[in-house]
Amino acid sequence: MQSSMWTVIVQIFPYAIAFTIPLLITALGGLFSERSGVVNIGLEGLMVIGFFASALVISKLELALPDIAIGLGLLAAFIAGALFSLLHAFACISLNANQVISGTAINMIAGALTVFLARNMTGSGNILIIHGLVRRNVPLLCKIPVVGRLIFTQTYATTWLVLAILLVSWFLLYKTSFGLRLRACGEHPQAADSAGINVYRMRYIAVMVSGAFAGLGGAIILVTYSGEFTGTVSGLGFLALAALIFGQWKPLGILGATFFFGFASTIANVSQVIPALSRIPGILLKNFPYIITLAVLVLSSKYSQAPRAVGEPYDKAKR
Amino acid sequence: MKRFFGKSFITALVAVLLGLLAGAVLMVFIGANPFSGYLYLFRGGLMTIERVGNTLATATPLILTGLSVAFAFRTGLFNIGAAGQMLIGGLCATAVGLTLVLPKPLLLTVMVAAAILGGAVWGLVPGLLKAKFNVHEVVATIMMNWISYWTVYYVVPAYFKGAYLETESRKISEAASLKVEWLTGLFGGSYINLGLFLALISVIVIAFIIDRTIFGYELKAVGFNRHASEYAGIKANRSIIMSMMIAGAMAGLGGATFYVGYASNIQIGVLPTQGFDGIAVSLLGGNSPWGVFGAAVFFGMLHSGKGFMNAMTRIPPEIADTIIATIIYFSATSILIERNWDKLKKRAGGAK
Amino acid sequence: MKYVVEMLNIRKEFPGVVANDDISLQLKPGEIHALLGENGAGKSTLMSILFGLYTPDRGTIKVRGKEVGITNPNVANELGIGMVHQHFKLVYNFTVTENIILGMEMKRGMVLDTKSAAERVKGLSERYGLNVDPHAKIEDISVGMQQRVEIMKMLYRDAEVLIFDEPTSVLTPQEVRELMGIMRNLIAEGKSIILITHKLKEIKAIADRCTVIRRGKLAGTVDVASTSEGKLAEMMVGRQVSFRVQKEERQPGKVVLDIRNISVLSSRKVLGLKDVSIQVRAGEVLGIAGVDGNGQSELVETVTGMRRAESGKIFLKGTDITDMSVRERIKAKMAYIPADRHKHGLILDYSIENNMVMKVYYQQPFSRNGLLNGDAIREYAKRVMEQFDVRSGQGPAASARSLSGGNQQKTIVGREIDHDPDLLIAVQPTRGLDVGAIEYIHKRIIEQRDNGKAVLMVSLELDEILNLSDRIAVINGGEIIDIVEAGKVSENEVGLMMAGVKRGETA
Repeated sequence: MQSSMWTVIVQIFPYAIAFTIPLLITALGGLFSERSGVVNIGLEGLMVIGFFASALVISKLELALPDIAIGLGLLAAFIAGALFSLLHAFACISLNANQVISGTAINMIAGALTVFLARNMTGSGNILIIHGLVRRNVPLLCKIPVVGRLIFTQTYATTWLVLAILLVSWFLLYKTSFGLRLRACGEHPQAADSAGINVYRMRYIAVMVSGAFAGLGGAIILVTYSGEFTGTVSGLGFLALAALIFGQWKPLGILGATFFFGFASTIANVSQVIPALSRIPGILLKNFPYIITLAVLVLSSKYSQAPRAVGEPYDKAKR
Repeated sequence: MKRFFGKSFITALVAVLLGLLAGAVLMVFIGANPFSGYLYLFRGGLMTIERVGNTLATATPLILTGLSVAFAFRTGLFNIGAAGQMLIGGLCATAVGLTLVLPKPLLLTVMVAAAILGGAVWGLVPGLLKAKFNVHEVVATIMMNWISYWTVYYVVPAYFKGAYLETESRKISEAASLKVEWLTGLFGGSYINLGLFLALISVIVIAFIIDRTIFGYELKAVGFNRHASEYAGIKANRSIIMSMMIAGAMAGLGGATFYVGYASNIQIGVLPTQGFDGIAVSLLGGNSPWGVFGAAVFFGMLHSGKGFMNAMTRIPPEIADTIIATIIYFSATSILIERNWDKLKKRAGGAK
Repeated sequence: MKYVVEMLNIRKEFPGVVANDDISLQLKPGEIHALLGENGAGKSTLMSILFGLYTPDRGTIKVRGKEVGITNPNVANELGIGMVHQHFKLVYNFTVTENIILGMEMKRGMVLDTKSAAERVKGLSERYGLNVDPHAKIEDISVGMQQRVEIMKMLYRDAEVLIFDEPTSVLTPQEVRELMGIMRNLIAEGKSIILITHKLKEIKAIADRCTVIRRGKLAGTVDVASTSEGKLAEMMVGRQVSFRVQKEERQPGKVVLDIRNISVLSSRKVLGLKDVSIQVRAGEVLGIAGVDGNGQSELVETVTGMRRAESGKIFLKGTDITDMSVRERIKAKMAYIPADRHKHGLILDYSIENNMVMKVYYQQPFSRNGLLNGDAIREYAKRVMEQFDVRSGQGPAASARSLSGGNQQKTIVGREIDHDPDLLIAVQPTRGLDVGAIEYIHKRIIEQRDNGKAVLMVSLELDEILNLSDRIAVINGGEIIDIVEAGKVSENEVGLMMAGVKRGETA
């Protein structure tokens, strides 16, 4: 009994991780944005932008430059996401527009625009790439019993990239003056302003980071488990937002939350192939992550550690 | 009349023009002629009486999802869940239509009631979560969207599987459809259906509720300032819950007009875009019921004409969605327009 | 040098209002210079210009004889100018040290060096006698200590010119005296101070010279020692001001509000109100004196129905209202003028008339069968506006936001009093208002009392309490320290009680 349970876990684990990582990087992006005080509902659209940009670049370059095509694709997604997020930044920070509406507009524009451009390219609206990332074993570490088999075997390079970004983000947020100032902007922008910090500039940077990270997240979906641009990321951007709230706006909390979602969704997806799970009706498995999210939001509502000034446009004239 | 052409209308007009401009830029970008693109787009929506009928039929669900979003917005709530509420409403209506055998008027009444009820429940859940636990309605409604998506995904093939395809339901009978002979004939065989009248009635009812009733007074109060409303004795929680229920009901009704009116069966694996377009409609319409009506007809025309445009030019039909999305963006940033509006008025007053 | 800071012919305009119109202020080194004016006169704007939060439309600023342009707070800091704000600009879940170093962080390479910073903070705290704990979180420390953190923010940046913006509104009389001691320390260490205030007593106690601003214009700069409070008030308001309200002797009648052994949890899940019992009679004003945050909010919230009591009972004219809803209490003739007119008193985006009927819209004649009666609402609003001197350029259909602060407050006062309540609860009824509006509202409150109504008044302005109340209940730490007759107690005694010292004990 124990060994088959183990086999199941080992089988699911890579899928769960593959699902978790784009969620994690996107949620990290959302973290930066919200910590500076700007709500970014548009993470979904920004992921799609990255999804598209990387598909475009990789499909065009993979035959000519096979070694670096994927790297370039990830970079393209990173940059495209940052640039596209400027639309949201401009609307919310410089024009004091309603942040939820602006974010929704971003989602809709991204969804429509990318399919429009893709359809113009390929007629079907989907862009296929031939080579995604190859899974590799981490040398030496994969030999560690149990842990090695689970975590260090057959991994994607992007997984380590994202985990590195997680560590850097944690360091940046809590151990540097940049992080202190960023958090001040989200908690009490007037205090930051009177300390001489340019709140507008901080927020612009934070929103662009969220765009870049979300774009990267979309690209990672492409090169790990999707292989084809389909015009949508099926709600992952919103799930990242939920993970951000679930993780109480802390990097480590987000790691836990996204991991949980990754596992929950994977169990639903692979239920048919695993005998133990195939008895549970598909409808329950598929809805499980969303229902659990609602439950978690209810439970954590009392202890919300949201940045105090998140969602409020900062108006210098109001003291 | 003066009030109608006031700030909101001009703001909406400017947003539309900017969106159309963006669309033109995109057309040029892919090497098409924007003039002929728009010509075919508008002709596609209005050229013949049949096309006008289709425009109105396409607009019908948009009117209702727009009302849904606008109503919730008045209470200070963002209903991003109109798509899921619409889908559930459509499922309920279809399920009743395929199960019960009744004379047409009675059957339609029951189906519409089922759709309204389904949508109301789907709106109730996020409303409750918001009122009692302060769960942000944006995340909650999005979760509900996906729950309805997967519910339809499994329920339809399990109980209502289509005759030819696994991914859609059986077709409803003529008795269960909102289409009626005389109306369809009037508009030359288009998709137009009784849903249009249901939508019109809804606009009138919602406008009445918001402007003339105590209930509307309380809803707006809570939307503007929840604290002060509670200090005045208004039960804010109750307003929030009722508002989301009504918003859900409207979107559910929209689902009925689409799935058993415009269409005759329900597809799985698709979240209806009308749900998200409802946000655009509401914004463009200034969150007012008649504004929603106007905006919905305009968008209906865009969606209705895009196929013709695609056939005659090469322009992908997604341009309509892009234009709509851009219009929302400009509506959201309309504060720029409003600021300049005051400046322009001053300048015009001074120049005399 | 003659002057350390000079602001000459400053003009600053905002949309629709000239906040500063040709104002000049000169600060001598080592002096405490008061900046006096009513609420809205333009004092804060002028100092915000000095601190770099705004730039003037016209005029020059000279620091130590040299002309400068102060474009943002960093420039002000570099010039040695610092500001202690009226509404503290502190991040609640940061520590004291983090708040002080924000914007000027000590680093070791890339990493924040909070340890060295904390040591420096401790050193400064000891040197100036400020008694501040570098590692405490702002949300955990007292208001007085929070203010001292604000002062430290300036000292950390080696400020030479310190601007204090209404520093005493949140302090007990004792803490005010401590603050004045700190200010004298700072002067002794070579600093110069500008004190923004509208409190004449404090100016007389500590300032050397005083610049008076009235409605954005300079009314004059005087030597404090040779100018009376009355003269200062006259300069501030433009006419003779009477300080005391005419009040007849009254015999209080039956008990209207009876609070018995009420205990209430505050938002932080501790007891905000501990076993409190108070009675308010018809025909009297009972004033609740105390420093902000000692249970007044919990008391008012539980009486009005916004917060449930853990134990105890409340009776209104003999009826047990402890479990009644807000609306039921309003129906039982309880009126409430809240402390924050923008957040709790009015719906700013609603029209004035809709605000006027906010508590009665569901009753006839304002509505019938669920439908509103627009004409009845309008007529009513017009009548109340006239009776209570609410001035609006565009009539009752204009949004409440368009009214001035004084007119907004009069709208609320009018609405509450017009329903002819038996109990009127007034919290900070004249906060942020000019002298004219203050006089008017005080008159109406006394009028209610003279007509036999019961008035429960909570105020942070001790003068207002002493002026209007028949009896005074002093609250501290969630408990009622004592209830005294207003005519028979001195300000000093009340101040001691506010700090928790019972009568007869020594501090």
